[in-house]
Formats: sequence, C-alpha cells, structure tokens
Amino acid sequence: MNATAITTYSESGSGALTPAAGVEVGAPPSRGVVGMTCLIIAESAIFLIFVVAYLFYLGKDRTGPTPRQVLELPIVNSICLLSSSAAITFALSSLRDSDVRRFSFWWSATIALGAYFLLGTGREWRHLIYDKGLTIQTNLFGSTFYSLVGLHASHVVIGLLALCFVMAFAIGGWVKPKHAARVHVLALYWHFVDVVWVVVFTVVYIIGR
Amino acid sequence: MNDALTTGEIGSAMTSGSATAAQPTVFDSIQSWLVTVDHKKLGLMYIMYGLVFLLVGGMEATLIRIQLAVPDNHFLSPQVFNQMFTMHGTTMVFLVGMPIIFGFANYLVPLIIGARDLAFPRLNAFGLWLSVFGGLLLYFSFVGAPGMAGAGGAPDVGWFAYAPLTGKAFSKGHSTDYWILGTMIGGFGSIAAAANIITTILCMRCPGMTLRKMPLLAWLNLVMCGMVLLCVSPLTAAQIMLLLDRFVGSHFFDTQAGGSAALWMHFFWIFGHPEVYILIIPAFAFASEIIPVFSRKAIFGYPVMVGATVAIAFVSMSVWAHHMFTVGMTSTGNTFFVVSTMMVGIPTGIKIFNWLGTMWGGKLRFATPMIFSIAFLFQFLIAGLTGIMLACAPWDWQLNDSYFLVAHFHYTLAGALVFMIFAAIYYWFPKATGRLLSERLGKWHFWLFAIGFHVTFDTMHIPGILGMPRRVYTYQAGRGWDLLNLICTIGVAFQAIATLILVVNIIWSLRKGRPAGNDPWDAWTLEWAATSPPREYNFAEIPTVRSRRPLWDLKHPGDPDWKYE
Amino acid sequence: MKSRVLLPIYSLVALRFTQGSVWSAEKADPALVPNIFAPESTPAHAIFDLAVFVLAITGAIFVVVTGLLLYAVIRFRRRADDDGVEPAQVYGSGPIEAAWTIVPVLIVIVLTLATARVVHELQDARKPAGALDVQVIGRQWWWEVRYPKLGIVTANELHVPISQGSERSPTFLDLRSADVVHSFWVPRLAGKLDLVPNKVNSMWIEPERPGLFLGQCGTYCGTQHALMLLRVYAETPRDFARWVAQQKKLAEEDPSAAAGRLVFERTACVNCHAVNGTVGDGRFGPDLTHLMSRATLASGAVPNSPEALRAWIKSPDQFKPGVLMPAMNLNDADLDNLVAYLTTLK
Repeated sequence: MNATAITTYSESGSGALTPAAGVEVGAPPSRGVVGMTCLIIAESAIFLIFVVAYLFYLGKDRTGPTPRQVLELPIVNSICLLSSSAAITFALSSLRDSDVRRFSFWWSATIALGAYFLLGTGREWRHLIYDKGLTIQTNLFGSTFYSLVGLHASHVVIGLLALCFVMAFAIGGWVKPKHAARVHVLALYWHFVDVVWVVVFTVVYIIGR
Repeated sequence: MNDALTTGEIGSAMTSGSATAAQPTVFDSIQSWLVTVDHKKLGLMYIMYGLVFLLVGGMEATLIRIQLAVPDNHFLSPQVFNQMFTMHGTTMVFLVGMPIIFGFANYLVPLIIGARDLAFPRLNAFGLWLSVFGGLLLYFSFVGAPGMAGAGGAPDVGWFAYAPLTGKAFSKGHSTDYWILGTMIGGFGSIAAAANIITTILCMRCPGMTLRKMPLLAWLNLVMCGMVLLCVSPLTAAQIMLLLDRFVGSHFFDTQAGGSAALWMHFFWIFGHPEVYILIIPAFAFASEIIPVFSRKAIFGYPVMVGATVAIAFVSMSVWAHHMFTVGMTSTGNTFFVVSTMMVGIPTGIKIFNWLGTMWGGKLRFATPMIFSIAFLFQFLIAGLTGIMLACAPWDWQLNDSYFLVAHFHYTLAGALVFMIFAAIYYWFPKATGRLLSERLGKWHFWLFAIGFHVTFDTMHIPGILGMPRRVYTYQAGRGWDLLNLICTIGVAFQAIATLILVVNIIWSLRKGRPAGNDPWDAWTLEWAATSPPREYNFAEIPTVRSRRPLWDLKHPGDPDWKYE
Repeated sequence: MKSRVLLPIYSLVALRFTQGSVWSAEKADPALVPNIFAPESTPAHAIFDLAVFVLAITGAIFVVVTGLLLYAVIRFRRRADDDGVEPAQVYGSGPIEAAWTIVPVLIVIVLTLATARVVHELQDARKPAGALDVQVIGRQWWWEVRYPKLGIVTANELHVPISQGSERSPTFLDLRSADVVHSFWVPRLAGKLDLVPNKVNSMWIEPERPGLFLGQCGTYCGTQHALMLLRVYAETPRDFARWVAQQKKLAEEDPSAAAGRLVFERTACVNCHAVNGTVGDGRFGPDLTHLMSRATLASGAVPNSPEALRAWIKSPDQFKPGVLMPAMNLNDADLDNLVAYLTTLK
C-alpha cells in the first residue's frame, strides 16, 4: 500500500511525535517499482558477468567453429522481441484507460511475440547443434554462447509464464483497471528482458562476429 | 518515559502471533514461528540460525587448531582437515555473517524508521527459509559421503573454491557441488532480503523522516543492501558457470581446454571483496547507534558518516584484485589495485575518527554493549592497518596466503564484526525480549573472549611473517612455528568458554533477566518508543519525526535536535 | 580464575590427541627459519625495506589513534558523582573532518608512490646477461625443475649460484603448472608468485650467500598442499658448476644393481618416472636419474635414506596421505632389488 503522508507536525511544544496541523510531506515511490528495480539491478549484474566471460574468451578457442562461421543475425527474432515491448506498453495504457478488451488483445500479442522469439531461438540452436556441430562442450565459444543466450532465454520463459498467468486472469475477467500498477511492475521486468537482448545481440552477433 | 505510542501495556515474554483467546499450546507457538511473516520473528530466526552455525563453525576452528597445535600432528587426516577449513570459512561467511546481519536488519529497520513491517513480508519469509535450506544442504554433504549416497563428503576446496581445483578432473564426487548449491541458494535469499530492505527504507519511512533524518543504522543497511544486489550476483554467475562445467561439460574454467583459472578468481573476488564490506557495514551501523547512546552524545559528523559509507561501497567494488597480487598481473595492473585499495582505507579511517569524536567530550558508560564497541574500535584500527600493509603489493607477495593474512581477516571478521554482533545482542536483546542480559555474565563473556581473541590472533601474525602458509594440515618441526601455533590454539579455549557464557546468559536471561521496560538504555531512536518486546504491529500510531533522534526531542523539549540539524 | 584451571586441562587434552609434541620438537635453526624479515636476496631485500617503511607509518598511526582512544576512555568516563546532565551535544565540525581526511590522503599518496616504485623495480627488472634460466612446473604435489640451457631435469630442489660482487648472476624462474594453481614461495629469497595453468609467470631470485633456503607451495592446491615443500640451495659458482656436471651425467650403470633396474623398467614405474639412459621416460612423476643427490624424497616429506625410500615405495600414502603415487605392491625381493638400484642413482 502506498503510504502517502497524511500526518503533519506542529511548531509548538513537544509535538515531535504526535500528529498535528502544519507542514505536509510528499508521496514515497511505489514499492512494486522499487522492488522490481532491485531485482533488475541484481539480474543485470549476473548478465554482466556472463557478457564479460563471453568477451574475454572471444578468439581464444583452440578448436571448433568460430562465431563468424556459424552465426547468422537473428533479425526477425529480435524485431519480434523488441516489438513485444511496444505491445506490452500498449496493453498497459489500455488497462489504464479501462479498456480491458484492448488490454487483452495487446497482452496476447506480447505473449505471441515472446513465444515466437523463443521458438526462433530453439530453431537457431537446433541448427547450430545438428548442422554446425556447435554444442556447449565443443569449445569456449560454445560454452559462452549457449550460457549467455540460454540465460536470457530462461528469463524470457519466466516472463512468459508470468504473462500467461495474467492472461488467464484476464480471460476469467478478474483483471481490472486498478491492477494497472501491478501489471506495470511486470511490464518493467519484460522491458528489462528486452534491453538485455539488445546487449546480448550487440555482443554476440555484432561485436563477436 | 513518554510511551504515548504504546498501548500502555508492559509486555513480559515474547508473545506468539495468534491473537485468539484460547491458551496457546507449544505446537501453536512453534507453528506461529514457522508460518510467520512478521519481520521481528523472521529477524530473530535469522539471528538464531546464525548463532547456531557460529557454534558449529567454532567447533570446526577448534578442530583445526588442535591439529595445528604441534608439528607433524595426526589428530586429523589431511582430507578431513581440508574439509574443516573449507567448511569453517564457508560457514562463517555464508551461514553466520550473512544471516546475522540480515537478521538484525530485518528486526530493526522497520522499527527504526517507524514502519510496521518490511515491504514484502512473504518474500521475507521465503528468503529466510531459502537461506536455511541452503545451509542445511551444505551440511548434508558431511553425511552424503561415499558409501551412503555416493555424494563425496564435505567440500574441501577452500571457501573461495579456486578453479581448476574445483573442476570435475580435480574434484571428484559431489562435495564441490554441495558447496556451489548450498551457497548459491543462500545467495538468492540474500538478494531477496536486500531488495526487501531497500524497498522498505525507500518507501515506508514514517512522516518527517527524510533521508537526511534517517538514523545511521537505516542508512548503512541501505548501502549494504545495495552492495548485495550488485556484488552477490557475480558469485551466482560464476557458480552457474562452474555448475555448467561440472555437469554439462562446458569449459569456463577448464584450463585443459583453454579456460582461465584467473577468470574464476576475478569473478569470485569481484564478489568476495565487496562481500567483506557487506559484512562489516552492519557492524558500523551497530557502532553508530551504540556508541552515541553510551557516550551520551549525538554521532559526530552524520553527513560525513553517510558519505564515507557510500564512498566505501563504491570504492570497494574496485579493489578486488588485491587478492590476486600473486597471480601474475602486470606491474600496471598491480599498481592500479594498490591505489584503489589504499583509497578505500581513507573513508574507513574517517569513520573510526568520527566514532572517537562521538566519545570525545561525552560521559562514557561502560555497559557491556559499550565495552564490546570500544574493543571493536581498537581491533578494527589494527585490522585496517594490517590491511594497509597487505595493500602494498610487494609486501603482499610475501604475506598473501600466509598466516599473517589469516590473522588480518580474523581481526576484521572476529575482532570487529563478531565483537559488534555481541554488542548488538546485549543492546537490543532487552527490546526483543523485555529482559536485560546479565551485566555480570556479560563482563565475563567480554573479558574471556577478548583475552582469547588476542592470544590467538595477535600471535598468529608471527608465523605468517616466519613463512607459514595457510591451509596446511600440518607443518614440519624446525621452522620456528611450533610454539607460536600452540599459543594460537590455547587462545581458542578462552573464546569457546566465553561463547558458552553468552549462550548461558541468553538462556538464563530469557526467564530470569531484569525486566527492561521500553527504554533501558535511555536511547533516542524510534525502536525504544515501542514496547519491549514490540507489539506485532510495532507502533499504535505511526509516529511523525522531526530530527534524527526523535526520543531526544521528546526528552529534551527545550533543546531538541531539529534546532541544530 | 577459570582460565587458570582450564588451561592446563586443555593443554593436556590437546597433547593426548597429538602424536608430535612441542617438548620434543627440534630447536629451529635460525638460518633455516623462512623469515621474511631476514631477507637474503635482492627482491626479498627490496620488499623488506618497503615493509619497514610501511610499518613505521602504520605504527605511528596506531600509536596516535590508540593513544586518543585510551585518553578518551579514561578522561571522558562517567564519574561516580555524575550529575546526570547530558554533555554538550556536538554534531560535527567541518575543519576537523577536513583535517582527518587530508592527512590520510597524504599518507596514502606517500605509501602508493613508495609501493609503485618497488612493484616496478621487481616486476620489470631486465634480465642481465649472466642470468641463469630455470623452469619450474608445479604438479600435485611436487615441483618439476628444468634447466633448459643446461639440459638438466630434477625435482623439488633448485640449485642456483649466488650473486657476488659486480658480476650479477641472478636466477630467473619461469613458472608453469601442469594441473591446478600452485605458488612458489621461498620467503628469504623473494615474494611468492603463482603457477597458473595456461599461463607463464616470471620471477627472479638473487641469493647473496651460499646455503639452504626453505620454502613451500603458497596456494592451496589439494590434499597434500601442506607437504609440497621446496629447497633452494644457493652455491658458490664452483660448487654450482660441480653440481651441474654431476646432474648432466647419464645414470651410472652398476652391474650389481641390474636386477633392480629390471624391476624398474618392467613394472609400472616407467609410466610415471624417467631415468636418463633407461627406457623410463615418464613425466607424471619426478625424474629419478639423480635421485640420491637430493636431500629429501617426496618434496620434503620423507628423508632420503634407503630405509625411508623402501617404506615410501611400499606405501606412499603413509607419508603423504592422498598422494598420487599408488602403492606398487611389489614383493619383498623385488622391492629390495629396486631400492638397491635406485640407491645407485647418484
């Protein structure tokens, strides 16, 4: 609950600890937003270490395929994921405008785009493993690639699960405009996942190749 | 004392959570603790969990010291000894230090900022039980030995688990996996707790308590939790990589395949060095509350204390490779870390001076919390000075991984952190239970522990200077280390007895301690306005404050703090 | 009170559990104690000089701050006749804060400059023409020592010439590891440096007097880290040359030890050990060509005598539990012959 300050204090006497008339104080930040921000900071630190490992080991392979030999730019995938950030923003504003139907539409679009991204990642990995012979065991590139991209993908999975829960609630008619703040906190997580993808994409598919 | 905020009742023993009229049975009592989301109960459980493991870790240390009391000893086999020092270090950092500091933060932060609970009470409970599970999983490794579940025994790779010693090739069986999983799960608990405390401090302060009016305990816990978010994660990441190496055959730290041993070290110490500041900053927080009350003066230099702590937090994230001076970095690399390490000593020293400044001109009362705090100042000074010595890289090339280093970090962790944990226990026990701990037993506890600490750890610097490395299960006679090691071992007896006295004190005082009332120490922060113990909702009405010491304002209406802040 | 009663009890309990006893320990020979404050080589001297400087500064800080703390504790304690009035509340002081910030900053600057100078002096030292090259390869739990330009391979002992007068002959060590991280530490000669797999680290020593210098592995490397001991023999140029000449020889052929040589060549010994002049060329264990020229066996854990050697081969685990050399399960005759052969490898 947002504790907006409603008590005030007086200048006279020892009113330091009892409410009285006088000065007003402003509203504190939302707990959900602060909490989610803390989680995002911690997760960013984890991703940063995997990125550092990836960059550190670039070019140090003794055997096996190099990034340039096997990686193709996942353009469509990335467009889908980044569009899903736009979709979830539309969903949120719909909810704030009390348009639950439009909210459901954009929410399902977010889920669909995220799911497509995951499918695309799966297809890419299948291709790399079976056609190009790159596994996590193959060499340093294999180890760092699958772990970094996999870590991101696992966060997409968790995000999708949470989105599906909300979808289920929406279908059951339980999602109301007053829930916009909570949905906003989840949307923050989803945006984080997208920003991480921008970083991963840049490091793996642009710098790394 | 003005207890306008209380319901007027004087609480006697700790009350259970159930508010119904029927007589609560023992089972009701236990159940209320198991399902609670109340920050006070969860905080106390964190602390009790940490104290239990303090005894366990102390026993491990005792076994180590018995083995090292004389040269060429056969009390412990090398395999068992190596498990002992690994478990001792891992236990003390992850199962004692972290739980206790989070326990105190859990208990005190809402009270001291005038809130009713943490921001996410259920997450709080989840974090506690996750931490407990992690610790039990780590200790399960002792019984999961070869022949039972084929698991491999307790970890024996050292608390910082260097690669490639931890790789599948050199660490067979599952003992290392227990180390990884036990501490990783605890890490998740810490991150959850940190997010919870930060959100509480930023969102739930009582009216009037701007950040500039917040007690230092809250400020320092805020900084500590911020560091946890940034610095525990690198360990989690490295541990995930190690798990992948061990289970799916990746090559992060597999040197035979081109992996880097130094990379593990970098990742570990990027966590490890801020971790020791994470551990010590709460000790600073306790000192910043206790020393003013027993000097009868406000803390000297509040803004500087806040600034210095924030500076420590930032600079401490840039010093990690001073643990790696011997790894073979370039002279430029080494020099950079010399500079950053020396720099972090400056705000740390400033804090010592500010505590001294608080005492200066005061009227010192030497109750048990205060004598532990004074010893903390003395010992933390020495620890900082040996830290400066270690920061000089060439000297570190001699001292690193020797018993001088072991003495240094025991000075910081035992001599500073544990002493302040003891001080905090004596100071806040009356608030949590409504009864004071015995001063007489407290003084025995203090003197025996201090004597034992100094006998062991002052002496321990010398074998290091005489070339004795750490983590050796035995040493040969004729190197000049024999008598010194025996002296170090003797000191353990005093510390063990002193700790038992504390346990006796706690158990005895729970029933027979003098009733404390709300404010036994004549203190000034909000927790002393609640009952002892506080009601489940903490305060009848959320207070409004106007200065950093709201109770001082109440007690001195003609000369309140807010006129000077 | 309690301590006076419990201390002797505790000591007796401790001694009951231990085999070695401080009462029977040898008196340490001061020349052998690996004291970092008794440097006998150029890098160790540089470190020692820096250490003294730092100690002086930190010592002064200690005296000043402890003095102030003691003064405060005595001067500002609450007296028995205290009137209960709170003392003057002082919230801070800008000038004082500035003073005790600036002084530490200056101290830090001085210490950093002094330290950086020594870092550079030791790490970036140029190798003079007369320097000796030695390769040390760390293994669980022994030291492989090679002199590449001299064609010598030995284990656990280094022999190096002392540096006399203006003709400097330091020894430059290249450190590598075959398995996990180790650390080369001989305190009187230099600071320690790690042996890291996939990495070559370089250090140098320059002993100034002939004699034995003790050291050991300085980073936990597994079960027998504690007994991965080092012996460095600094020798006059003449003695060193004699040692080199002896080490370069092939293993002597002694017909009376032929039976033992057969045991060596036909059992699993040759999988791990090498003897120059035989078929043995294993590298997993120490080179045995001049085994008898070394003062100890098993990197310092076992004295080098025929009886100890026999016991070692029979059951290495009893000296160094967890060691990677298995018990060879030879019958007594084979074992005797083998030992007779090995003792000819001077």
